[in-house]
This record gives sequence, structure tokens and C-alpha cells, in this order.
Amino acid sequence: MNAQLNHIYKSFGAVQANVDVSLTVQSGAIHGLLGENGAGKSTLVKMLSGFITRDAGEILLDDKPAEVRTPADGIRAGVGMLHQDPLDFPPMTVLDNFVAGKAGGLFLNRRDAVQEFKILADQFNFALDVDEQMGNLTIGERQQLEILRLLSLGVSTLILDEPTTGISASQKTALFDALRKLAGQGKSIVFVSHKLEDVEELCNQVTVMRAGHVVGTVDIPCPTSTLVSMMFGRELAAPVKPPTCQADIAMRIQGLTIGDDRIDVQVADLTVRRGEVIGLAGLEGSGQRLFLLTCAGVLRPATGKLYIRDANGLCEMTGKPYHQYQTSGVGYLPADRLREGLIWGLSIQEHVVLRTSSSGLFIDREASRQVADQAIQKFNIRGKADTRVGQLSGGNQQRTQLALLPSPLNLVLLEHPTRGLDIESTIWVWQQLIERCRNGTSIIFASSDLDEIVQYSDRVIVFSGGKVSTPIETTALTAGKLGEMIGGKFGNNGNSAYAGVN
Amino acid sequence: MKEKSQSTSRALVFRPARGLTYQAGALLLSFLFITIIILLTGESPFRVVASLWDGAFGTTDQFARVFSTLTPLVLCSSGLIFTFTAGLYNLGVEGQIVAGAIAATFILREFQAVLPAPLVVAAGVIAGMLGGILWGLLAGVLKVFGKINEIFAGLGMNFVAQGLAIYLIFGPWKRPGIASMSGTEPFGESLWLGRFGQTDAAPVALIIAIVALALTIIIMRNTHFGLRLKAVGQNPRASFILGMPATRLLLSSFIICGAFAGLAGGLQVVGLFHRLVPSISSNLGYLALLVVMLISFNALWIAPVAFFFSALNVGSLQLPMVLRMESSLSGVIQGTLVLLALLARGFSERARKAAGGQ
Repeated sequence: MNAQLNHIYKSFGAVQANVDVSLTVQSGAIHGLLGENGAGKSTLVKMLSGFITRDAGEILLDDKPAEVRTPADGIRAGVGMLHQDPLDFPPMTVLDNFVAGKAGGLFLNRRDAVQEFKILADQFNFALDVDEQMGNLTIGERQQLEILRLLSLGVSTLILDEPTTGISASQKTALFDALRKLAGQGKSIVFVSHKLEDVEELCNQVTVMRAGHVVGTVDIPCPTSTLVSMMFGRELAAPVKPPTCQADIAMRIQGLTIGDDRIDVQVADLTVRRGEVIGLAGLEGSGQRLFLLTCAGVLRPATGKLYIRDANGLCEMTGKPYHQYQTSGVGYLPADRLREGLIWGLSIQEHVVLRTSSSGLFIDREASRQVADQAIQKFNIRGKADTRVGQLSGGNQQRTQLALLPSPLNLVLLEHPTRGLDIESTIWVWQQLIERCRNGTSIIFASSDLDEIVQYSDRVIVFSGGKVSTPIETTALTAGKLGEMIGGKFGNNGNSAYAGVN
Repeated sequence: MKEKSQSTSRALVFRPARGLTYQAGALLLSFLFITIIILLTGESPFRVVASLWDGAFGTTDQFARVFSTLTPLVLCSSGLIFTFTAGLYNLGVEGQIVAGAIAATFILREFQAVLPAPLVVAAGVIAGMLGGILWGLLAGVLKVFGKINEIFAGLGMNFVAQGLAIYLIFGPWKRPGIASMSGTEPFGESLWLGRFGQTDAAPVALIIAIVALALTIIIMRNTHFGLRLKAVGQNPRASFILGMPATRLLLSSFIICGAFAGLAGGLQVVGLFHRLVPSISSNLGYLALLVVMLISFNALWIAPVAFFFSALNVGSLQLPMVLRMESSLSGVIQGTLVLLALLARGFSERARKAAGGQ
């Protein structure tokens, strides 16, 4: 089926996610959709599959206008989407998941469903047991099931959102074989990804998006450098950070392995100096968060060792409880401020009290009021001591989070430190952080804003689908090199830079 | 910038007012609903109110009974403030009362012949507290370490406690000759908590309840523990990130609630029934849940609301005789109030979100 999107617009509040986007996917083609975080790829395909509705523009399926308002509409029209985290029901069996979305009468016909499932699965060499519990499957297997389910619903345009993150190499091969086979049968495939290698290997055509716009569509093969410049398409900002790096070591990592149910991350040996700023670049969900949480002591690594300097020198912290990291002067600032960092209904003053490790029974309101007022003044928070943090703006919430950091602070882990902040707040936040660096605090931060990474980091580590580069001096970075690495092409860039540092 | 800060401060002033409008609406709607119910039964609402009033405050005995109901209700409501603040629906409070009563009865039975009476009574009350703590802690351990929702853990433990009480009454602790629902052999009068005249009200029990309530209010308002409990209840993840010992806080709240409920159970034995009866809790644990939900976990309101609910309970007892109405009308009134209050809170929350997520 030909799928055509014409002049699509979509905005979320003030954010324009898609601006005049047009895209045509031919029957029998595998069409790549490439772009950075927040380029608008997912928004576009979610409109095609009915998960969200567009503001303006038209969708044509086989040249006929289609009204796709819900995912059910999408399936009826022949468009199915495989989400990054497959939408399935973990407590149910593979078979029940397979049957769940089907139209049908009152009673389930399991025997026919098993038949159909086996025929489909054999066709693509997917080895799935119909009686297995979903909860026991890997992401790759859940994807396979979801593909089979969509096909059994008669889908002829299949959308895959970042399908190669979190699956094994053999599962990837099986997936690509299946997709090629489906294209051979005349189905159209939309392959959303940020991984250059995958796109180059699989797709016939690629459309690149940047900041809600379509940059262009090219046929594959096409030089990687062309794709990278289309994706990032600009010079990087100039570094603005003054040197704050000192000689002594603040943190040492020996071969960490971290994992969750999505990805495994392996970090090679790393030494962070006092006052140094290390930026973690890469698409969200590539393992940066797991790495930050491990350094903060919230997650425990599967293998490897972690040393952090406190007043007693460099101490091994592997496997120590989280509060011990805090007493060693490690701070963590989550990106989701109201869900992880602050407590919506409590005031700034109450947060100050929560942070004071007073052993007394009663709260000293006078003292805490003073501390809160000082913090409000010093951190320029627009709010009063008794203002609930939920009522503060994003920038003021971030200022509050910074004000609550322990002192002395040896190491601070920040996740998207300036997300959602205006320029004034962004600059202010980094002034504060650099001030901390001058006093010996080391910073590791993740950001999806490449400019922020380049402006404020001494060294950069790139994450791509769990792969982790060696640290690169920011001065040695170019937009092209960074882009390729975010797209998963590490080459030997990282290694040489790493040798230069140690 | 100046304008902006003004508008936020105005929003601050309006917020509680909006909540109040919703609450007042809920109250009005409840009265309307209850009036309709009464009219449907063919009775006059005024006569029902008059009868309820008379039933609660007509005689000294009845007035005293209001206070004897108020005591466990205040204790359990105070305990529930802790668990609710920590974000827990501690439905096990009912079983914690029963466990306290069983423990108190055990001590009284074992030591009544050995130790001086005042000592036995004091030991019984303390044992009641420990029994409640044990029951609360079990639910807490199931919740924190077993990942069993505290609602189900609590309900399950309630059945176990109730079953245990009935087993004891009909088995090992049965009255000589006749095992019956009327309970175990009554204790001698020396083991009774001092009463107000010949009535049901035991002043010492009431004083204990008032002290517990005062402690609750102070802990919630003025201590680090209270604030941390609030933080964990509102956002466990952020509390953990901010460095609070979540497990310890959750278990403490179970322990405190269990202690208060067990205390209530022990006092039911030494102060009111003077024996173990199957309905030792009189469902006051569940009623306390309603009280605390109605006051949206604000301890300051426990006293008036618990008093009102106690008066309703006692006042409704004579409805069948005077007006040939079911005494369960009090339950209808209490349930309606709580349901509509919760509904109003839901609506005001939605209005708040719609008004811009502030």
C-alpha cells in the first residue's frame, strides 16, 4: 500500500513538532525516517497510525484520503505501528496477546489462532512458543510477536519506531530479513531510527527530519557524511566553559556493566578529575540514564568497580547503599523534576527541612525559614519559602533542586540540566555549576542538546543503543564526528582520543 | 514580571477557596440525598433528626455511650493519619483492634489471680498496644518486603484476627459450660477501668485517646518524622532520591497505627465489654477509615468529625423502636458524606488541573 502524508502540521502547546511535513512511502519499499531526538519522527508516524491526531494536512492511503483518528482506525485502514516498547500485556501468554486485538464473535477460537500464528511465525523464522508468558520474553521476541499480530490483522503498512534498540544481533538479522520479505510481498515499511548503520543496511530511501521539518529525502546508498550533515546540519556551538579541571582524581570506574530489561551498557575504564565536566551525548534511552543512576548509587552495576573521592580519599563505593553516596558528597539531579526530584505538595522550606540531616525530633522552623530564604535569594528562585514547589515554574524548580544539593559536593550527576528552561535560566544554571567546578566539584551530565554538550563539557562520551564511546576532548569534536557516533558509527575516533587523554 | 508574580499569588489565595466550594457543595448534596432517602421510607427528616439527637444526647447513659464510641474511633483515626499520610490504605486497622483486644484479654486472664488489679489492667492495655503493633507490622512487612498491596494484606489479616477471636471464645477461652457469642467469662469488677458513674464511659480511656490525638497533631505538624512521612506518601521516588529512609518510614507508620488501634482494642476489653466478644471492634476501624477519608487526612478535624459519627452511631440505635426505621441509616449517612466528599475532591482536583496544572 502506498502511504502518503501531505503538509502535516502538529504542535503541542508552544512546541511545533511537525511543520509542513510531507512523506511518501511506496508499496514494496522500506523507507527510513532519520533524525535527532525531538526531530518530530515519532510524532509523524503516530499521526499516520492514529495514536495522535494532526492539526492540519492530509493522509492518503493508496491515493484515497483516510481519516485515521484512533489506532483502531489505523488498523482498519491497514496501518500498524510497532512501538519502541511493544504495547502488550505482560501477565498474559503469547497466544492471548496474539488474539487480544482481533475482531471476532463472543468466543475465542484458540485452535485456529494457534494455526494462524504458527504459519505466520514459520514464514519469518520467528521461534516463539504460544504458551509462554509475555513477561518472560525479551524485547526482541515481544517485537516479533507484535509484528505477527499486526500482520494477522491485515496490516499492509508497517511502522517500526526504533526497533533495533535493545535487541540481540541475531534478532536484528531476523527482523531485517522479515522486513525485506514483507517489502517483497508489496507491503510498505516505515523504519524510524537514529542509527545510520541500520538505515544504510536496510532502507531503500531515507527521509531526514530536523526540528519538525523535513530536510530531504535521499536514495540509499548515500554517503554517511551526507546523512550526518542532513541530520545535524550546522556547526556546533563554540565551547564557553573556562578550564576548571584539577589534577587529582574525583572518580574512577573500572569496566562497569549496567543493564535493565531494555539495554545493556558497558562502560570501559574511566577516570574523572576534580572540577572536570563530562557530557554524555546521544539519543535518549541509549544508556546515559543508567550510567548516571549507577554513578549516583541508585542502581548497582552488574560488574565493575566504582571509586569516589570523599574527605578520606578515593573510596570504593561499588554496592554501597545510596545514602552512603550522599554522605560522600554525590548529588543527583533527575530530569523529571516533579516526579523524581521534588515533592509537588511540599514547600521550598519543607524541602530544606527534608534535606537537613537533623537528628532532633522537632523541626526548627525559624532556622529552616532562614535557610530557605537564603537559598531563595542566592539561587534567585521566584517564590516564597512557603510556596509549594509544584507551583514554581520549571526554571525555578531547577533552581530549587540546585539549592538542595548537598555541600560539600564532590560529584554531581545531572540529567538534562536545562531542559525546559529559558535562556536566562540556562545560562544562570551553568554559571552556578561552573562555580561549583571551580571549588572542585566534578560534573557528569546527560543532554540531548548538542550545543549544551559542546559548550560546557571538558570531555564528551557518546552513547548509542548501549554502546559507549571512549571520552573525547571537546576541542577535538566536529559536528560530523559527533553525529556519526550518535548514529552508532564509532569507528576508531573514540579510541585515539582516549589515548590522548590518559 | 511583576504582573506574573501577582497572578500567582492570587491563584494561591483562590485555591483553597475553590476546594471549599466543592466541599460545601458535597455537604449540601449529601443532605439532599439523605433527605430523599428518608422521604422515600415515608418518614419526616425532621423527626429523624430529632430522634437521632434524642438517641445520642437524651439521657446521661446515651451521652456516655457516645463517648465510649468516640474513644476507639479517635484512637484509630489518629493511627490512620500516619498510614494515610505515608500513602497507605491500612484497611487492616480493624484486625489490629481485634489483635489488641485478644492480647489484652490474654494478659488479664493469665495474671488476674497473680498480680494486683491495677497492674493487671495496665499490663493488659500495654499488651493490647503490642498486639496491635504485631498485627500492623505483619501487614507492613507483607507490603514492604512481600510486595503485597496493604489493602489485601490488611483485609486478610482482619479475617485471621476475627477468626482467632471467635476460635478463642468458643475454644480455649469459652465460658465454663456454655460457649456462646456473648463472649468469654466477664472479668471481675476490680479489673474494670474506672467508669463515669454507672455509665459506659471510661474517663481514663478517653484521656488516653485525647493524648494520642494531641501527639498525632504535634508529630504531623512539628516533627521531622511527620514531614518525612508526608514526603514519602506524596512521592516515594523523589523521597528516596532526596535521601529519606522510605522502608523505615513506611514500617513506622504501620507500627504507630497498629499501636493506636491495639490500644483501642485493649481499652474495649478493660473499659467497655470487660471480656472478649466476637464483635469487640464494633467495626469502628472501618468507621475510622471513613472519618479520615472525610477529613482528607487533616488530624485537626478528627475530634469534631469522630464526635459527630459517634453521635450518629449511638443516636441511630433507637430508630427501630421509635420510628420503625433501620438503625443502619447512620451508616448510609456516613457513607454518603464520605463518598460525596471524595467525589468533590476529585472534581476540584480536575478543575485545578484544567486551570493550568497549578
